[in-house]
Amino acid sequence: MKRGNIIKLVITVLVVAAAVFFSIQPLTDPEQGIPLGLDLRGGVHLVLQAEPGDDGTPITDEDMANARAIIEQRVNGLGVAEPYIQVDNARKRIIVELAGIEDPDQAVNILKTTAKLTFRDAAGNILLDGTQLKNAKAGVDTSMGRNDYVVHISFTPEGSKEFARITTEMLGQQLGIYLDENMIQNPTIKDPIVDGEGQIQGYSSLEEAAQYAVLLRSGALPVSMSIAEKRQVGAQLGFDSLNKSLDACVYAVVLIFLFMIIFYRLPGIVANFSLIVFALIVIWGLYAIGTVLTLPGIAGLVLAVGMAVDLNIIVYERIKEEIKLGKSLRAAVDAGFSRAFLTLFDSNITTLFAALALFLLGSSSIKGFAITLIIGILASLFTGITFTRWIMRWIVGVNPRMSKSLFGVKGGI
Amino acid sequence: MADKYKDNKVDKNIKENVTPAATAASYEQVISEHKFYFHTVKRRYIWFALSLLMLAVCIISLSYQGLNLGIDFTGGTMFNIKFEQPTTQAAVSEALDSVGLTGQVQLSQNDTEAIIRTSPLEPDQRDAFLDALQEKAGTFDYENLGEDLVGPAIGAELRSNAFKAMVVAAILILAYVSLRFRFIYAVGAILALVHDIVITLGAFSIFQWQIEAAFIAAILTVFGYSINNTVVIYDRIRENEKRLKKKDSFEDMVDKSVWQNMGRSVKTTLTVLIALFAIFILGGASTKMFALAMIIGLISGLYTSVLIASQLVVEFTKIFGGRIRRKSA
Repeated sequence: MKRGNIIKLVITVLVVAAAVFFSIQPLTDPEQGIPLGLDLRGGVHLVLQAEPGDDGTPITDEDMANARAIIEQRVNGLGVAEPYIQVDNARKRIIVELAGIEDPDQAVNILKTTAKLTFRDAAGNILLDGTQLKNAKAGVDTSMGRNDYVVHISFTPEGSKEFARITTEMLGQQLGIYLDENMIQNPTIKDPIVDGEGQIQGYSSLEEAAQYAVLLRSGALPVSMSIAEKRQVGAQLGFDSLNKSLDACVYAVVLIFLFMIIFYRLPGIVANFSLIVFALIVIWGLYAIGTVLTLPGIAGLVLAVGMAVDLNIIVYERIKEEIKLGKSLRAAVDAGFSRAFLTLFDSNITTLFAALALFLLGSSSIKGFAITLIIGILASLFTGITFTRWIMRWIVGVNPRMSKSLFGVKGGI
Repeated sequence: MADKYKDNKVDKNIKENVTPAATAASYEQVISEHKFYFHTVKRRYIWFALSLLMLAVCIISLSYQGLNLGIDFTGGTMFNIKFEQPTTQAAVSEALDSVGLTGQVQLSQNDTEAIIRTSPLEPDQRDAFLDALQEKAGTFDYENLGEDLVGPAIGAELRSNAFKAMVVAAILILAYVSLRFRFIYAVGAILALVHDIVITLGAFSIFQWQIEAAFIAAILTVFGYSINNTVVIYDRIRENEKRLKKKDSFEDMVDKSVWQNMGRSVKTTLTVLIALFAIFILGGASTKMFALAMIIGLISGLYTSVLIASQLVVEFTKIFGGRIRRKSA
């Protein structure tokens, strides 16, 4: 019996130590590990609100789907890894999250521009628009003996015909090229353009030309978009927040560990040990459901640790009471756990309700907090009721006559 | 149904493991174990008066000063900037003035970090302001720039969602506590909850601390903790009530239950406070306020669960003559 319990304890400690050891690498791996949220790695969270046109035509789900496809194309043009794009049809919104992006301002501009390309005569009448565009590419034109940054455009066969007709009719006149309401160029037509190829000039750099090429390629958004919400975090700022909150976690955990050992002695050590198991379950659980680690998420994690400790405290206070009533350690441990069960169950269910309400109605950042809390409560119930109980039983099994002062009870034999 | 099953199982366990004679400590025993013992129930009118006083102060502040709502609720733009060199309040204000804006400026970290709040800015205004800031208040790297822009529509949604979340949580808790205990217990618990939330909101109103989205999470977590603390004591009352004999006083039994849980109530709150102080001291500006809200709420939660919630149950039982199950002696 005694030896069996010692072996069980040693094996459990070894297994947990191994689990911790082998968890560190996969969980913290920058590529495969727990993904960091925008607030911790830098990036931009953008909510674009589709605005109904002046004529009051309602925005259809199809418009939203088209807008999404166009925005997706633009995001890909920006070269962002793993963008997150989501359409909220009910509220006519598109939510875009771009992580680890170098120039968030530029990205925001590109995404929200309607980018309707039009060719207009001097009176401002629209002669042709960008729907007939086949392709747009940035390039450098050296024909004038200097570097001119340009966007080469080519039309579809139909567009080419139309463009040829316009340039023939308007020979010698000016043809205004507009992106939305901004005139980007106003060249004079010297020769009719019949091959459907053209170039737009006047960009200050190749990057700028490339930006416009992306806009022209992806086409115009079917609806105009305004920024309803933007949350932008610089990479360095995110990195600092991550370090700060990790520091906070370490201090909190060390202090809680000390607190438990000082107040509860041996069971305190057991509690700390099961806290490690608890942390493993929570972190792997979050990883399994694909949660992104955010600042509110870390706060939720720290609070969940608090909840887990509380569970142990309820049980240990019960055990102390039972010991004071003169029970043997074994009976006290069993009675402590059995009696605490109902308390734990009732009190944690009510907390779970609050977390659920948060999850169902909260905004995205609050959701991260709620999920951590929910998983934390479930995991703490599990470790508190089962795992800690096994360990305590085994320990008491090793030596049922051990000093009661190990349990923080004064004057015990 | 599942709950009932579990109840039975637990009751069976208790019967198996615990001999009836040794199930309970006597009231005298419980009293003698606590150095600072005082009767928590007989003195309940003191706590009620104290609470009413605190609540009155909070409500007066809330109705006259209101809350200092941040951009998450009102809509607006907020910059969080780390400058390379220390800057001054005046320099940042000058940058705001130069582009025709007004806003709040808050400096921290030896004047190298600034939080600037303005009305929602258009992209042009924003760029002009950041340029002016670089020029007048000192240089900063865009890697060190955080920016939040919240449109008024989003702010309004958050306000209504926050309110809904709280109502939903309160109804669920009310229903559950009524089911597991009795209705007057649920009323006591909800009143204690309202107390904690008004105190937290009140503190933020009195000191005009800014409230952001994270505050809602803080309030709802306070909700969770406070109800948790209260339910643990109710649970003990329910347990002790089963052993109540005809001559025993209901007041003393509740007092005993409160004291039996005192160690746990205080220690639990302490451990969570440890975690919160760590966040408060080491965390960034936004998490700091979150931690502060929770610290206030938790302390209020400890106070209400120990001195208000159960005492309300006693008061209600007296007024409405709730049935108290007693064993015939």
